[in-house]
Amino acid sequence: MSQVLHTPPPTTSAPAAGEDDLAALAARHGLSVSGARPSLPDYVRQLWARRHFIGAFATAKLTAQYSQAKLGQVWQVMTPLLNAAVYYFIFGVLMNTKRGVEDYVPFLVTGVFVWTFTQSSIMAGTRAISGNLGLVRALHFPRAALPVSFCLQQLQQLMFSMAALVVILLAFGVPPAASWVLAVPALVLQFVFNAGVSLVMARVGSKIPDMAQLMPFLLRTWMYGSGVMFSIHHMTGPDSGLPSWVGPLLQVNPAVVYIDLMRFALIDSFGGGMLPDHVWAMAVGWALVAGIGGFIYFWKAEETYGRG
Amino acid sequence: MADNTNPTDERVPTVVADGVDIVYRVNGTGAGRGSATAALNRILRGKKAEKAAGVRRVHAVKNVSFVAYRGEAIGLIGTNGSGKSTLLKAVAGLLPVENGHIYTDGQPSLLGVNAALMNDLTGERNVHLGGLAMGMSRAQIKARYQEIVDFSGINDKGDFITLPMRTYSSGMAARLRFSIAAAKDHDVLLVDEALATGDRSFQKRSEERIRELRKHAGTVFLVSHSNKSIRDTCDRVLWLERGELRMDGPTEEVLREYEKFTGGPDKAARPAPKPKPAPKPEPKAKAPLPS
Repeated sequence: MSQVLHTPPPTTSAPAAGEDDLAALAARHGLSVSGARPSLPDYVRQLWARRHFIGAFATAKLTAQYSQAKLGQVWQVMTPLLNAAVYYFIFGVLMNTKRGVEDYVPFLVTGVFVWTFTQSSIMAGTRAISGNLGLVRALHFPRAALPVSFCLQQLQQLMFSMAALVVILLAFGVPPAASWVLAVPALVLQFVFNAGVSLVMARVGSKIPDMAQLMPFLLRTWMYGSGVMFSIHHMTGPDSGLPSWVGPLLQVNPAVVYIDLMRFALIDSFGGGMLPDHVWAMAVGWALVAGIGGFIYFWKAEETYGRG
Repeated sequence: MADNTNPTDERVPTVVADGVDIVYRVNGTGAGRGSATAALNRILRGKKAEKAAGVRRVHAVKNVSFVAYRGEAIGLIGTNGSGKSTLLKAVAGLLPVENGHIYTDGQPSLLGVNAALMNDLTGERNVHLGGLAMGMSRAQIKARYQEIVDFSGINDKGDFITLPMRTYSSGMAARLRFSIAAAKDHDVLLVDEALATGDRSFQKRSEERIRELRKHAGTVFLVSHSNKSIRDTCDRVLWLERGELRMDGPTEEVLREYEKFTGGPDKAARPAPKPKPAPKPEPKAKAPLPS
């Protein structure tokens, strides 16, 4: 391997007249710079043209995940159920966090599933570029396809969890209601939010691979502040002794917004009074800010992904 | 070959490399330099400390310039680690260049989809996934599917295409990968030692396919350690050594020098002796410009 520790200064042995001539020759024949960043509208168009790849890649990853297990795809449903069981054992039975929360099991399981969707999307996004350098260095496609595809994989995973959730809800006596339909817009908004944050983390992770080590701790801290296992509404209520501004402040948290929306949609006893104020506006706002901001932030470095 | 003797205005350049430098940065190298304090130092002091803190810069390609024209098949030769594959990736726009520019007509594509395929999936699903990854549409893949499977010969010994790729022998997997990759037509096609896969009969078939692709493609670049396949496919050869362009000219001329350099015909895999300190500047190294 030829190795040079310093980049040598531009050598003078280059063909004297060559520099300008080659650029001029390229310009005369309308050649474009290889690997240059496309404009934002072009980038969106290219990404849209690759939508089938994004979908196929997500599904392939999801299927490959359990293909060596004896039970195979049954794990798609088993994994979230076991997760929920563990959380119930710790927070519901051992620590008895359920104080005052009606339908605690559906409340907890919904929270865990919705949170897991955001958490694993962001985790996968952080590794989307740095963990797939082989792909990035071998094939041409808008790089945003990778983080978006990983988020889509998590969304598909969530669909299995939701199927399990319906069974749990019915088993714990939560009646099916028309409000279940609200789960769809809530999920769409959460997906856009997740994809946006994943795009940001994909760019950060591609420059600083160490982020993948740090993220689990940040995400766990975020989780404990998001009312996954307890009710923020109950904990910050008037008889909690906390100042009255603590509740609304905690409820601006996008994770809280999306988790509570899903609980409101699915669980009968989780009434509108427990929702944060302006909850739909916040859900849309967070999705737009993260989605558009994350996409532009990721696109800005498009031509640099793949540098080792 | 015919194009080489006729440098007139009709020659259309498809790839122009203008003083290209490519540098890799590798974290955490050097004895004792990958320690936590060194890493912290690097973060705090920024780029200046990069060198001291064990970030090695590997200068893989140095000031390479050439012009490739439509209809040419260009071989890239050189001993292991001389920067051939790196240069190819930069032409494809997959690896950013440090200095200089690479201009291309359309989007050059590397022949290879290995990274997009998944061993846990069936061959059938991998054909679809690989095709989509290369930018083919679902309809195109459907139309080509049978052709890809037949060409790979995977189903010659039973219904293997519906088994996961991890159950394939390495030769079978390599054949399927090549078949998927070769299913798409390209403007500028870059081939990295893809001819060496599979058994003798498959090699023959793949060489044929490369020639076919070459007819459709504007320009073909071929990286290979087999001087024979270079002779069979290419009419012009670039010789890279230690990241520098040592020679650029008609196949026979360059290969004769190269074989002298590596010691005997077709022994390219042998470790090369240290190259002479100042390689004689070749007159042919400057690509003739259309006047």
